[in-house]
Parts: sequence; C-alpha cells; structure tokens
Amino acid sequence: MEKFQTLHSAAVPLPFENIDTDQIIPARFLKATTREGFGENLFRDWRCNADGTPKLDFVLNDPRYAGRILLAGKNFGCGSSREHAAWALYDAGFRVVISSYFADIFRGNALNTGLLPLQVTDAGLSQLFAWVEADADTQFVVNLPEQTLHVPAHNATIGFEIDPYKKECLINGYDDIDYLVSQKPAIEAYESNRTWTW
Amino acid sequence: MATSLFDKIWDAHVVKTAPGGLDVIYIDRHLIHEVTSPQAFDELEARDLPLYRPARILATADHNVPTRNQHLPIEEPLSRSQVDKLTANCAKYGVELYGLGHARQGIVHVIGPELGLTLPGTTIVCGDSHTSTHGAFGAVAFGIGTSQVAQVMATQCLLLSRPQRMRITVDGELRPGVTAKDLILYVISQLGTGGATGYFVEYAGSAVRALSMEGRMTVCNMSIEMGARGGLIAPDETTFAYVEGRPYAPKEAAWDQAVAYWKTLFSDKDTVFDAEHRFDAAAIPPMITYGTNPGMGIALNGHIPSEVPASEAESFDKSLQYMGFQRGESLLGKEINYVFIGSCTNSRIEDLRAVAAYVQGKQKAQHVEAIIVPGSKQVEQQAIAEGLDKILAEAGFELREPGCSACLAMNEDKIPAGAYCVATSNRNFEGRQGPGSRTLLASPLVAAITAVQGRIVDITQYLN
Repeated sequence: MEKFQTLHSAAVPLPFENIDTDQIIPARFLKATTREGFGENLFRDWRCNADGTPKLDFVLNDPRYAGRILLAGKNFGCGSSREHAAWALYDAGFRVVISSYFADIFRGNALNTGLLPLQVTDAGLSQLFAWVEADADTQFVVNLPEQTLHVPAHNATIGFEIDPYKKECLINGYDDIDYLVSQKPAIEAYESNRTWTW
Repeated sequence: MATSLFDKIWDAHVVKTAPGGLDVIYIDRHLIHEVTSPQAFDELEARDLPLYRPARILATADHNVPTRNQHLPIEEPLSRSQVDKLTANCAKYGVELYGLGHARQGIVHVIGPELGLTLPGTTIVCGDSHTSTHGAFGAVAFGIGTSQVAQVMATQCLLLSRPQRMRITVDGELRPGVTAKDLILYVISQLGTGGATGYFVEYAGSAVRALSMEGRMTVCNMSIEMGARGGLIAPDETTFAYVEGRPYAPKEAAWDQAVAYWKTLFSDKDTVFDAEHRFDAAAIPPMITYGTNPGMGIALNGHIPSEVPASEAESFDKSLQYMGFQRGESLLGKEINYVFIGSCTNSRIEDLRAVAAYVQGKQKAQHVEAIIVPGSKQVEQQAIAEGLDKILAEAGFELREPGCSACLAMNEDKIPAGAYCVATSNRNFEGRQGPGSRTLLASPLVAAITAVQGRIVDITQYLN
C-alpha cells in the first residue's frame, strides 16, 4: 500500500447523500480479476450516457473541477462490500474522500486501499461545499500526521479523527495482513485451546 | 456483569487484543464467491503465503452465473473467466467448491445454512455485505472487503474494532399478509439507510421469535441496508430444529455439547445496549419502497412523503426523479412490467411456497415478465418435488436456475432502462438491476400479487 502523509489539492464536489457503492462502481464492471483499471468506470452511470458519451452536467465531466479529493454527502459508500469501489476511486486518482459520515465497510476498504476517509461534521461539510461552490479552485491541505484539514483561502483548519493504528498503517504503507501474519503463534494457541469441535 | 449475545460470541473469538485496542478475531467460517475472491488469492500468491485453513472455507459461484442452461459453458467471457478462476483457485488451494453443476450450488447465503455450516455462536465472514443473513442463527456474521478476504485466507483472523450494540425489539403479532420482509423494510424505513451504522443489531421480541428460520434470515439479511455491521437473533428451539441433521451440523455427542453451549447464547436480562428501538408488530403494514435506497419505504397503500428536511431535499428529489415519482403520490395503480422473486433475501422454499400458494389457478398479467430464481439447487429440487414448478409455470412465472441474478444484474438478467420491477431482493439503488432500472422492493407475497394484477395494489383486498 502506498504511504500517505499530506496532500495539497482542490476538491471535486458531489453533494448527494447516501452515495452507494453501486453508483461508485456498478456491478457489471466487477468482472475483472485484478485490482487495476476500475477508475475507468468510476460513477459510470452518472458520468456516461448509455452510448458511452459523457453526461456533460456531471461534475467529473466539468473541467472547472479537478483534484484528488472527493467531497461527498453524508453516508458515503453505503451498500455492497465491494472493495472495488475504493479501488475505482483510487485508480481514478482520488486519495481522500471527505464526508460527514461513511458506511462501515467502505471506510475499512478505503483504509485498506490507501484512500483516506476523512470525516467532518455536517456543518463542516456544508461549509466546505459552500467554499467549493463559490470557488472551484479552493485548495485543501490534508495533513494526516497532524490530523488536520486546512483551507488556506479561508484561514480555516478542521481537525479529524482516525483510529491510531490505521493512521500508522496509512503513514507507513502497512497492511493488516502484515500484522496478522506476525500473530500466527497466538492464533495457533487460540485454536488449540478451543473446546468445541464444530 | 450482564453481557449481550453479540459480546458473548465476540469475546469467545478474541485471539488477543492488539496494542491500540483493536481485537484479533478468529473466524470460524469463510464463504467465498467468484467476484470478490480472485484478487485475494492473487495477494496470497504475491506474498507467497499459504492458505491457512482451507477446511474453514466454502466456495460457490453465484454472483454472475446465468440462470438458464447452467449445464452449458457460460457464454459471457468475463463471467466465465471469473468462475474459471474460482475453480482453479479452489483446486490449487484445496477449497471445497459448490460450483455450477454441483447438487448443492446456490447463493452463498442460502447454501451455508442449508449445509449446516452456519451455526450458532460462530463467526462468519464473506466478501459480500449480505453475510449478515447468517446472524439469524445467533452467529456474528458480516461482510468484508477483498483485502480482508486475503487476511482471513492467510490467518483465519481479522483485526477489528468492537462495534456498538443496538437492540431492535418487535413485539406482538404480524397482521395477515405481513411478512418478515415487511417487518425489516418497516424497521429500515424508520431508522433510515444509515441509521444503524457503527452498530451490530440484535433483533428480539415476540414477533421475531415467532418467525421461521427463513423469516429470520430475511430480517438479518437486510441489516446492512440500515448501515449495521450485522444483525443477529438469539438461537432457540426453532434454530436447533433447523440445524439438526444437516450435513455439517455436529452429530451425536458433539450435537448435545453444541446445543448445551448454544442455549447460553442470549443477551443477559440486564444488558445495557448502546441504542434501543421498539416497534409494535401489529402496526407494521405490507411495505414497498418508492426511492433509491432501502430506507425509502412506505406502506403499500400509503403516500410518498411530501415534506423532507431541507438538507435532504436535493438527494430526495434526485431519487424521485430517477424513479419517475412525485412527492406525496400514492403508488397504487402504477403499472409494473417486471417481477423478480429471488436473491439471498427471499429465494428460499418458504418464499416459493408463498408465491405458488397465491398464484395457483391464476395467471400473471400479460404485460408482466415474472421470473423466480431459487436460492439454491436444493430449493429448486424441493420446489419441483412439491410440484411448485408446475403451479408457477401454469401461472406464467418462469422458474430459473439458482444464482444472484437480477438482484445485482451481473449476469444477463437485467431490467431495461425506465422499466419498473417489483423485486424481493434487498437494494433499490439506481441501476442496481441494470442501467436505468427502477426497483420497488417488497415481499414475495406482494411481488406475486403485483405480477397477477399487473400493477401495484393494496394487497389486503387480494389475499386468498
């Protein structure tokens, strides 16, 4: 997993609530057997017409908006457990999703992909949307070690929470699997101490 | 100290608590399928790690398989490649595969319980959010991402934070025509699509206790649709009667030992939950959804809300626009062109029986395409043994072969853009059943009546 420390970027606003993983990557694009290439179909049915031509009113097709931060309405990533949703966002260049609420499985998948789910308050999120709406080029500085989101144009700094272990993993590019494999003796001991056979 | 059912099971699976407070949780059963496993097998290979406990894994092909002519090679090349990859990986790593052609193939959340692999007190994971289904047996069961699939393959463990606990109590008796599906659609409509995020839900109360195992599976299945990590129900005699004698269920002395343990699996009387909700079963109507998330549900004879909080208005109206509905509107009388009965929510034998019992001697409306996709080969065989296949065929319903099918439309079973489908599945997201498809979630009974009437009706006037 790629290391994440700080990111300086503009944001792409998607001000809808309950954006589910079927929108992020529709099921019909889950047939690849590798992790790469899902970015091509990110938000496919919002981004493209049935004939594949771009829907010009969708934000990802709007040349005013660019950046590696997605700013999204609350309860982002609900629905299916498909990690492909996090892979698609990552593959399309996003490194941070800001929302006021993340679905549990998506949050975990994002963290395991190297994509930072950055949770702010509902009021904070409304403020961020307003700033981006007023100026599409509004810059954000995400500082993971400091756990801050800084908006230089408005001299604003917002703190955010993250599990300390997952923070270390992101900063250092570690996966849970490295830790779990190192725990094999404890896992074997647990297995041999179990009393049930089923 | 009073301990919840969830905590009793969780505590019994803590291998150790890692620095920082996360628990290393042992996983008893790992279910895999063709869509979310290939990258996990690749990760094992890339890291040169063995598959730690192959005997604890069950594999099936369900998500993208065709529901016609399963004896022939899969036509769609990408689907075929995924299924072939699963077959090859299972052979290479020694995992038992219930693939196409197997007498027990089916939807992963249908065959686990059928095989007796789903047992009270166990931890069960799968790279699929509807793994919560298995909680019906008093198991801690939840969906995981592919990185976690690889972790379980490598170590049979996951590193997890303990979720909060919520109890949802439904007391009283369900009214005629009101099923487990209506119960859970009602609960989700009250709590909202993110209303249980961060929680593990225990369902309790006399209405829940009165449900069959299949009804309990329907309820637990949709826990994720309100954001819950999972849902579970304390095991009881209904549970034990369902499990006993199944292929992988404990036998003889081990059975007695197991049941004695399972009888300790309930929330102690004075357990304090982090959140509690209570509902009256008699107040639950037959339900249907009108929007693009499962929380957007109303009584079948009710009206779409006219007012929503200002902060939600943009998303709400976007959803109604997609569905072609208006605020304040009733759905009664809306013409429906497709009825889909299937999915891990409602594809079991009791669901098929409910549909057959209603449609016997009737005909589906001419303009409706009605397909029934059984959850497993076992369900299909049982339906044939009971003669349900003939009743359904005579009524104009097409009984297909098992798979996830039009629930997520990864195979050929898609609803055309703009068309309405009353579906017994679990998600009504935009495009879920095919690009542009419009899904209305309901019970198998509502689906059956809709297929016959060809439009949304108040089913209370149509019950047999």
